[in-house]
Amino acid sequence: MALTEDEIFAKVQSALEDALGVDDDEVTMDATLVGDLGAESIDFLDIVFKLEKAFDIQIPREELSPEDILTNSQYVQDGVVTADGLAELKKRMPWADLSDFEADPKVQNFGNLLTVGDLCRYVGAKVND
Amino acid sequence: MRWLWVDRFTEFVSGSHAKGIKNVSLVEEAVDNYCPGYPFLPPTLIIEGMAQLGGILVAEHFLFDKRVVLAKVGRAKFYAPALNGTTLRYEVKMDAVQDNGGTVTSTSHCDGEIQAEIDLMFAFLEDGYLIDGPLFEPDDLKVMLRIMKFFSVAVDANGNRFPTYEKLN
Repeated sequence: MALTEDEIFAKVQSALEDALGVDDDEVTMDATLVGDLGAESIDFLDIVFKLEKAFDIQIPREELSPEDILTNSQYVQDGVVTADGLAELKKRMPWADLSDFEADPKVQNFGNLLTVGDLCRYVGAKVND
Repeated sequence: MRWLWVDRFTEFVSGSHAKGIKNVSLVEEAVDNYCPGYPFLPPTLIIEGMAQLGGILVAEHFLFDKRVVLAKVGRAKFYAPALNGTTLRYEVKMDAVQDNGGTVTSTSHCDGEIQAEIDLMFAFLEDGYLIDGPLFEPDDLKVMLRIMKFFSVAVDANGNRFPTYEKLN
C-alpha cells in the first residue's frame, strides 16, 4: 500500500531523531542533514539501517553516497564536478534538489547537500514505485 | 592487562546470535575503583563486552574478512548495577548487515532479571582508511576466540561445527 507524504515524513523524522539525537521540531523538510542536524559520516550508515528497517527497503550505498562519481576523474576536474558529472549525479539522484550545488559544484560542497526533504523523496520513490 | 570483557561464549549461531557470560569480580580494578566503596562493573565495560560479542558475531558472518569496529551505541538502558559476585548473561542478536556495516541488539541478564539493553552499530574500515592491514594479528584473534571458548560452541545455521577460518590461519 502506498504511503502518503505525511506518513513518509513521520517515519523519516523518527529515524533521524533516533540516529542523530535531535528533536522532532528540528527535523523539517528544509533542514540539511549535515549542517542543520549535525550528521557525521558514520551517522549516514545508521540512517540507512534505520530507513531500511522502517520502510522495509534496501538502500545500496551508492544511491545516497555517490562517492564513485565524486572521486572519478571523468566527472571531476580541479575539485569541481563537470557538466557530465552533474548529469550523472542527476541521473543517480533524481529525488535530490541539486540547484544550489549546480551554482557552485565543488566536491567539498556536496557533503552538506542532502536535506530531510531529499530523503523523503528518495524513500517515497522507493516505496511507492 | 588483556582488554577482554566477556569471560566465555556459551552459544554462537552464525548470522543469528551469540551468548556469553561475564563474571563480575572484586579483583578487577575497574570494578573496585570506579566508584570507591560501592563496587560494580562500569556500564561502559558492559557495552564493551556486548561490543566484543557483537563484533565477533558480525565479523564471523563475513568469515573474519572485514575490519569490524564499533561505530555507534544506538541505545543503552541500564536497569540495575552489575555488582561484584554476580554473573551477567549477555545475548547479542544480529539485526541487520550491509557490505559496510552491521547492527545488533543485545541484553544483559543477572539472576534472571534484565540488567541492560544495548543496541550497537558496527562499521567496516575500508582499505587504506585510518590504518592499513588487519586490526589483529591472525594468531591474536584466534587465541582470543579460543580462550573465550568460541570454537567450543560455534555452529552454523544448520547446527554444524565450523572447521577452520582461512582468515584466522
